[in-house]
Amino acid sequence: MNFALVLAGGNGSRMGNTKTPKQFMMLGDKPIIAHSVERFFVEPDFEKVIVLTPAAWVSSTKDIMRKYLPDMTKIVVLEGGDTRNETLMNGIRYIEKEYSLDDDTIIVTHDAVRPFVTHRMIIENIEQAKLYGACDTCVPATDTIVASEDGKYISSIPERRKLYQGQTPQSFKAKRLKELYEQLTDEEKAILTDACKIFSIKGEKVAIVSGAQSNIKITYPYDLKVAGTLLGVEVEDD
Amino acid sequence: MINSVYRLVEPRQIEINYEQIDLGGADVLIRPLYMSICNADQRYYQGTRSKSALQEKLPMALIHECVASVVYDPLGEFKAGDYVVPVPNTPVEKDDVVEENYLRSSMFRSSGYDGFMQDIVSIRRDRLVPLPQGARLEVASFTEVTSVCYHALDRFDKFSHSRRKRLGVWGDGTLGYILSLLLRYIYPDSEIYIFGTVKEKLSYFSFADGTFDVFDVPEDFYVDHAFECVGSAASASAINQIIDHINPCGTISIMGVSENPVPINTRMVLEKGLVIFGSSRSGYKDFKNTVEFIHNNPEIENYYLNLVDNVVDVRCVDDIHRAFSNDLNKNFGKTVMKWGI
Repeated sequence: MNFALVLAGGNGSRMGNTKTPKQFMMLGDKPIIAHSVERFFVEPDFEKVIVLTPAAWVSSTKDIMRKYLPDMTKIVVLEGGDTRNETLMNGIRYIEKEYSLDDDTIIVTHDAVRPFVTHRMIIENIEQAKLYGACDTCVPATDTIVASEDGKYISSIPERRKLYQGQTPQSFKAKRLKELYEQLTDEEKAILTDACKIFSIKGEKVAIVSGAQSNIKITYPYDLKVAGTLLGVEVEDD
Repeated sequence: MINSVYRLVEPRQIEINYEQIDLGGADVLIRPLYMSICNADQRYYQGTRSKSALQEKLPMALIHECVASVVYDPLGEFKAGDYVVPVPNTPVEKDDVVEENYLRSSMFRSSGYDGFMQDIVSIRRDRLVPLPQGARLEVASFTEVTSVCYHALDRFDKFSHSRRKRLGVWGDGTLGYILSLLLRYIYPDSEIYIFGTVKEKLSYFSFADGTFDVFDVPEDFYVDHAFECVGSAASASAINQIIDHINPCGTISIMGVSENPVPINTRMVLEKGLVIFGSSRSGYKDFKNTVEFIHNNPEIENYYLNLVDNVVDVRCVDDIHRAFSNDLNKNFGKTVMKWGI
């Protein structure tokens, strides 16, 4: 059984002066989160689309879903956790309680602020997670990435052809992710903010699914303007 | 929902545009699986249509031949995963006399309206023909061109007299092949002859009673009815040769597209009392009949495998360019795109 987990946990602190978390800002005639959830809602492979949102926004998120989605039969809105991984765990706990977890339970996790995700990326995420246990949607890095230990001087410049930029969806066998997460110490949990890294650090394969440059993450006001231009719509000018 | 649409913005230039699909309506969402490239698409891609046509119709997503699977039906009439053939013609009015594909108000995909090169296609439910279980998807992508032939034969049946001992098909390309194949099955007692220019292509018509090089047709060889599947600059010579080699009161079905006016020998058309009629495109009824016809004659699919010149795995825009380039260089048959973008 497959579940989509749309992660809307961010508080929008990088989104200029706006008090509205970025995922709830309007892109065209609906909030960004509604565009993202719609994409998973129409995919028949998902039993449920679970939207994980900050506690203060649970009611508003439910209102948005009722307003913009054709029906709520496939939608569940839950409160997220303090960290991204805790948010994921809340989703997994819900699945375990309502459906039980087994080796074939796949979760496809996606940032609510990436509304340009495509059918192909979603389907390949499900396929690759089934095959390898975990996968990440990535695009080859186009900029040269530099590393710095102290923020003052470059300590290394990794070879660009080996570098990718991670996007979402990221997808996992839910039961295995839970097992691995529960093995982590509190210190490790604080450091391992990316669920793929949990698999990777435990020596498990994480497959790469091709992303797209258009699968942008709407983080800054500039991104919202880009998204508006791509979609040919006006955006809020906060 | 945000959808990606792959539009030709000018010859040989494809851009990804993003558009919203409204989930609140009754339209069905389908995912294209296999598409085949038609010469009409190739003419847009190469920019060989008139400048005014290109200016009027681009930007536009190409492709009107496709097989797809259902992703989402808000009314639940189609099941997710059902294979369907989408009809590219969308009528906006009903007419008791004029069929939907001849109504000037109808919208035709990849001719002024977006074709199927999209991530997800939102389409009216009355434009979907379910495909039976077990159909070969890559050849099912030819359903549109087959339905065009089926439609032309339906008209032939209405317009032609009953003496159909000998039927001639001018054109040794894909259209000629499919039309001849349908003739073979629909009129099993008729003799079918193919008139072409390329020996290798003519050799594919193994089901026909005979083939002729158009430069070497015996003077005393006559057909009762003829089908022109040539088009372009050779239309005139093909139609005039048909007029020379057709018996009186026969019908000539014009199916090839020509960009320019075609001069024909009207004196002999009058003297022989010929019926010349044109056919273009097809409608829902033709698609439905075609799918049933192929289902009832499954060996046609085997012949169709001859037509699959190349299946191009399309995962990015560059792959679309590769498919159109391969198509341009093909010898015979159709270029199929496996849509994985």
